[in-house]
Amino acid sequence: MNMTLATGIPQSRNRSLAPLPGDLAIWFFIFAELLVFGALFVAYAYARRSHVELFNAEQGLLDRRLGLFNTLLLISSSFTAAQSVLCAKADRMRQCSQWLHLTLMLGGGFLLLKMLEFQRDAALGISLSRNLFDMFYLCLTGFHFLHVFMGTLILSAVAFKAGRGAYSSKNLTGIETGVSYWHMVDMVWIVLFALVYVIH
Amino acid sequence: MKYQSQSVAKPYFIAALGLFLGQIVFGLIAGWQYIDGSFLFPAIPFDVARMVHTNLLIVWLLMAFMGAAYFIVPAEAETEIYSPKLALITFWIFLVTGALTIAAYLLVPYSTLAAMTGDKILPSMGRGYLEQPLPTKVGIVLVALSLLFNITMTLLKGRKTSLNMILIGGLWGLALLFLPSFYLPVDTVKASYSWWWVVHGWVEGDWELILSALLGFILIKMTGIDREIVEKWLYIIVAMTLISGIIGIGHHYYYTGAPEYWIWLGSIFSAIEPIPFIMLVVFAVRMLLKRRREHPNKAAMLWAIGTPIMAFLGAGLWGFMITLAPVQYYVHGTNFTAAHGHLAFFGAYAMVCLAIISYAMPQLRGRAANSVTAQRWEMTGFWVMVISMFLIALTLTGAGIVTTFAQRMGDNPVSFMEAQERARIFFILREVAGFAFASGLLIYLVSFFAKGDYTYTDEVKGALK
Repeated sequence: MNMTLATGIPQSRNRSLAPLPGDLAIWFFIFAELLVFGALFVAYAYARRSHVELFNAEQGLLDRRLGLFNTLLLISSSFTAAQSVLCAKADRMRQCSQWLHLTLMLGGGFLLLKMLEFQRDAALGISLSRNLFDMFYLCLTGFHFLHVFMGTLILSAVAFKAGRGAYSSKNLTGIETGVSYWHMVDMVWIVLFALVYVIH
Repeated sequence: MKYQSQSVAKPYFIAALGLFLGQIVFGLIAGWQYIDGSFLFPAIPFDVARMVHTNLLIVWLLMAFMGAAYFIVPAEAETEIYSPKLALITFWIFLVTGALTIAAYLLVPYSTLAAMTGDKILPSMGRGYLEQPLPTKVGIVLVALSLLFNITMTLLKGRKTSLNMILIGGLWGLALLFLPSFYLPVDTVKASYSWWWVVHGWVEGDWELILSALLGFILIKMTGIDREIVEKWLYIIVAMTLISGIIGIGHHYYYTGAPEYWIWLGSIFSAIEPIPFIMLVVFAVRMLLKRRREHPNKAAMLWAIGTPIMAFLGAGLWGFMITLAPVQYYVHGTNFTAAHGHLAFFGAYAMVCLAIISYAMPQLRGRAANSVTAQRWEMTGFWVMVISMFLIALTLTGAGIVTTFAQRMGDNPVSFMEAQERARIFFILREVAGFAFASGLLIYLVSFFAKGDYTYTDEVKGALK
């Protein structure tokens, strides 16, 4: 793949007045999604407060290396997604499309690894009803998994349209919208990984 | 009105309003029985009055949804309805089935009705809102299938807009989600699951799609705002509704014998359920502020903006107050729930039906909008109904608070009847508000007969001169 990093996009002088990238509506959606995850995180913290030992013990069962690898996959995918936007701004549409496909591959990799992890968890007996930590772990990661899946669907549509030449530097709202959503999914995972896998 | 066949919506709307009036009459009877328990006994006992009140609500809302579908689907698909004749036959079947069912509730003891209608063969009677005897339930399914066939065929031969997809998708969901009503096992945990799949699946999921589509349609037509913008909002509202509503059903599983994790899931996700309602408010108000034209039907606009606001208060705010598991532990089954039920059903679903009726009826009667006189009657009716429904919710909340503290909390809890007695003042005030609501409905109905030539279009033209 012949891809070069796009840089040197002129920054708006007054950043505070720069409009939000993508469609305004997606930002309402992102805000709402963050509220949902925020509520879940607060509930997790609340539940952990009264079951610290259980949470610490159960966290030990999780495969942190897999989690870390998945984190790296998602962070890389956010980078490649951002590159696709920069390429679109520079009217390098072929590269834009290639970056989008790379993003999709990384996202697909996350989904695959997470499925393997769920399989491993099930073999260990982790289930919704076993204890409070397991319930939170499965719900948080399961719900996030669905979001990654939805993100890949959105980006697939964007990549498909990009491949057919639907976007240009003057018309990239669609790409920005999809990528903004993808960044949200990535950001939530970073908090989720730290909260559920690491901190104890 | 562009398409001749849209006129089949008219009988549906008229019947819906008639049934609405009936619902209110039985509401007043049931409300009076809270003050005087022997009122109309044994002719109409409380359980029958309540059942007729809630069943008429469902029937009139379904009637109005169907009318709305027959009005909107052809307009959106830009083609005539596949079979207007089928739509009319369906109407009469639905109306007669509904009327016979209500008459049976009133004339025959419920257990006898169950025995007469084959409830032994396939038990399905007895659960709130789903009390209908088996033949009525089958009738509802057939009517829904006929509607779906008709509008889906209309859609297939015409333009496919996102708004139509959401509306028709919502109506398919409505029919499919009714099916669990046929499943009534002896196991009360399972029975309670399937009951909520219908009731919650409708009002906290699927019907919100129909509500969004109806509002979207009215706002596109009245504000002249680009369809693309409206549809984008609808997608997001629909997505948020499904994200919160599907798992949010868990708030009905608390303490029913369902696994414990539902206490967490139900609390968290149902706490998010107000978000789509907030979005609806933002959406409607934005569309109003950015409107590109002044529509002469100001009353319809009032309904369209009032709906999401009242829906947010009733479904969102009042729903949130009682949804968290630790709160629900104490307030379950008190008049808190009744307060939420009244304000949510009226604010979200009754009002959106009245909004589409307000928009469509003048057109079905051959004019863009009613005269200023008629609209003033209608808007007065709007305010009287909205304010009195709010008062009904407040007084029921008062009664709920009394029950919660007197009967459920504290060291010396009193008996159920004693708690009811202490809440008496609230039941009296609720009945007063109920009569106010009924008068608001009558004022609203008068608007259909009010004469007058002067219209808001004349006013706009006058201002231009």
